[in-house]
Amino acid sequence: MRLRSVILDTTVRLVFDAALVLSVYMLFAGHNQPGGGFVGGLVAGAAIGLRYVAGGLDEALAVVPVRPSLLPAVGLALAVGTALWPLAGDEPPLDHRVLEWHLPVLGEVALATATIFDAGVYLIVVGLVLMVLDGLGREGDEEAEGG
Amino acid sequence: MLFALLGAHAASAAAVLAARRRLGRAAWVVGALGPAAVLAWLAANAGRLADGEAVEARAEWIGGLDLALDLRVDAFAALMLVLVAGIGVLVFAYARSYLGPAPRAARAAALLALFAGAMTGVVVADNVLVLYVAWELTSVTSYLLIGLDDEDAGARAAAQHALLVTALGGLAMLAGLVLLGQQAGTFRLGELVAAPPSGTVTVAALVLVLVGAFTKSAQYPFHSWLPGAMVAPTPVSAYLHAAAMVKAGVYLVARLAPAFADVGVWRPLVVTVGLVTMVAGGLRALRPFDLKQLLAFGTISQLGFLVVLFGIGRPEATVAGCALLLAHGLFKAALFMVVGIVDHETGTRDVRRLPALAGRGWRTVRAVAVASAASMAAVPPLAGFVAKEEAYGALVDGPGGDRLVLAGIVAGSVLTVAYSLRFVVALLRPGAVAGAAGSRAPAAHAPPGAFVAPAVVLAAATVVLGVAPAVWSGLVDHAAHALDGRAHAHLSLWHGPSVPLLLSAATLAAGAALFAARRPVAALQAATAPPVSGTRVYDAAVRGLLRGAARLTAVVQPGSLPLYAGVILLTAAVATTVALVSGPWWPGWPDAVGRTAHVPVAALLVVGAVASTVARRRFAAVMLLGVVGYAMAVLFVVQGAPDLALTQFGVETLFVVVFLLVLRQLPDRFEHRRTGAGRLVRLAVSAVVGVFVMVAAVAAAGSRTAEPVSRAMSEQAWPEGHGRNVVNVILVDIRGFDTLGEITVLVAAAIGIVALARAGRRPRPRARDRALTGEEVGS
Repeated sequence: MRLRSVILDTTVRLVFDAALVLSVYMLFAGHNQPGGGFVGGLVAGAAIGLRYVAGGLDEALAVVPVRPSLLPAVGLALAVGTALWPLAGDEPPLDHRVLEWHLPVLGEVALATATIFDAGVYLIVVGLVLMVLDGLGREGDEEAEGG
Repeated sequence: MLFALLGAHAASAAAVLAARRRLGRAAWVVGALGPAAVLAWLAANAGRLADGEAVEARAEWIGGLDLALDLRVDAFAALMLVLVAGIGVLVFAYARSYLGPAPRAARAAALLALFAGAMTGVVVADNVLVLYVAWELTSVTSYLLIGLDDEDAGARAAAQHALLVTALGGLAMLAGLVLLGQQAGTFRLGELVAAPPSGTVTVAALVLVLVGAFTKSAQYPFHSWLPGAMVAPTPVSAYLHAAAMVKAGVYLVARLAPAFADVGVWRPLVVTVGLVTMVAGGLRALRPFDLKQLLAFGTISQLGFLVVLFGIGRPEATVAGCALLLAHGLFKAALFMVVGIVDHETGTRDVRRLPALAGRGWRTVRAVAVASAASMAAVPPLAGFVAKEEAYGALVDGPGGDRLVLAGIVAGSVLTVAYSLRFVVALLRPGAVAGAAGSRAPAAHAPPGAFVAPAVVLAAATVVLGVAPAVWSGLVDHAAHALDGRAHAHLSLWHGPSVPLLLSAATLAAGAALFAARRPVAALQAATAPPVSGTRVYDAAVRGLLRGAARLTAVVQPGSLPLYAGVILLTAAVATTVALVSGPWWPGWPDAVGRTAHVPVAALLVVGAVASTVARRRFAAVMLLGVVGYAMAVLFVVQGAPDLALTQFGVETLFVVVFLLVLRQLPDRFEHRRTGAGRLVRLAVSAVVGVFVMVAAVAAAGSRTAEPVSRAMSEQAWPEGHGRNVVNVILVDIRGFDTLGEITVLVAAAIGIVALARAGRRPRPRARDRALTGEEVGS
């Protein structure tokens, strides 16, 4: 087992959840404030990277309960889906609109379809980070274990 | 309806493949449905076509580009369809006995159906681009058919030979057709021929188109693929030689000749190539002992004849071409079928091993062979004779230059008579051609009637069309008239004592004499045989191409990473220089200091960048690069671009993590640094690139002449994109397609990284094995 730094370990655990929440906030706030799917995904990816540095590959991969390669697949499907969806209504592709609901507790809720597109971007970035860690990080870990 | 006919071929092929386990011999019946449908359609529309009407069909594809699938059947296309579909049906019937339910029979049946469909497509296409697609489909399907026995290296090589030659010619033809279409302003074959363009470009286009036609129709010097293609099962050969594939080139020459024969080099080129092919092919056909090979060279010779007749582009010659086209299809298909039957029953088609074909059952086969070979030699009263009379007549009555052509044709015909005789005698008295041979194959049983029937039908047609020319006079007349409005045919067996008849008699006599003197002729041929054969030239060309490619790759892909990087960077720098020097774009240097806040950030940037180049340890260099990246992010903040800064921070953080992953695979310190010249070169390249990137950035930022699009985007962000974050609205909405493309690239890159990482990974030994070998002990 590799040597673990207690300070790093504890700090990362404290920061990790906050970073993930921040990344999701950025995803949803992105349409009107600084942020967006790409930045959000990067923040989440950086958080996972920290998790990897502190706890190793298995801990980083455990952040997402599915295979890493599933995330980009779903993300791309979401993005392409939102891009093509307007065609069904005889609109040009990628024509976004705002859906508004009145929910009992939350009141007015507005969701731009652009946000769904952005969520696809988010998933792809996070998936890319996980796949890179999975691909490049494994062999390194083995050597670290051996030494 | 025309589309349905094409669809019928594809559908029957799909059906054969889908039900190949259950169909057995019935596969050949299902496969024949396409050609049979074409025949039925022809019968139903015969009246309209005979009236000079054309049947057209059109399916719009891309309206804006004026791309449409135009199909058109006129009387000449109908004549071709009679060949393609009529012989097609007979070939299917023949193959049912020849291949039967053999292992690859279902595949062969499906491919043959597709082949027939592709050839039908060539004939019915009215748009030259559609014609090209069908043309290439015949190349591809014939490739698969020739290489049907995919475990035989010879068959694979022959298939590749055919594909490379014909597809290469096809590419030349595509270029020619596009040029021709551009010149004429239309890609419709009918309009192209009705109002032919002229000029230098047109001449070049025609030469390119002719290269395609020559490769397809096995004209010299592109002929060598056709003899090789006889490794295909004989039904395929029969179809390929008689009706499909090689007739495509003839068809195209026939279509274009009336309009273009007088343009530029067309007539001299086509007639020369055709005559050379006719004579050279005929000479080669005198040598082989393999009957199928003899017929293959005979086909080359006859194709040359056809190309000459159609290529001249005069109405009388066109009539003769139409007649010969049909006559050749009939006798050549029958002859191939005969060889196939002999091969199938005796196990050999080599004259030196052929047993005597005695017995009642063989009598029919021998009769078919004699009648068809006699038609090939233009013996009266057979279809070949009628066609040859027309050809001689057209050239005798033509202008002076035609005399030379006539002489060439007569020479080729003498050779044709000689190799036709050789074929017949080889079949009936093998000893007379090959001498006293050693081991002959054992005498064989006579073939079953169903096996011989298709050949009998063809031979019967040859006889009927010869005895009663009135039967097909109308068909040929309409076909020739459709090609050339001035052409009129009146086929007859007896023109009275005329020059053509004398020539025919002389041809037969000379051919017989040539065959009688076969021993000295063979000796002469052996002594004067050219040192290079077409196949050897092809082999050398392919080898040379591969060797050249290997050498070129060794030069442009030496595998040196610094060299690649240097070339890429210098190219970017030099291209920028040229662009900057040639345009008056230099806006002058900007202020050295924009804002006070820039100074410390810029200092950090410079220090980090310089330090990273001199760091000794890789880890330190990566960290310093990270410093540069974060400093950039701070610069963005100072400039008031929070989104950019956020992204830069995120990317930089991940960048460092990924770098660390990679670094663990590399040594701790940089390997020994180059000294002296190498280092100087690197320094120089870096400096040049650095300076020019800066210069280009300043020039690009200062040379704005138009209103920036970002202003319009900012204004539209809220009303159009429902977002206040302009950057995000640009990403997901205004430039959403770009983002879609980028994330697709991102996904592809992720897959690539994983694949690369896995490819480089050693197979993991299992824990137990590791303990046993002690592999990990040292590390």
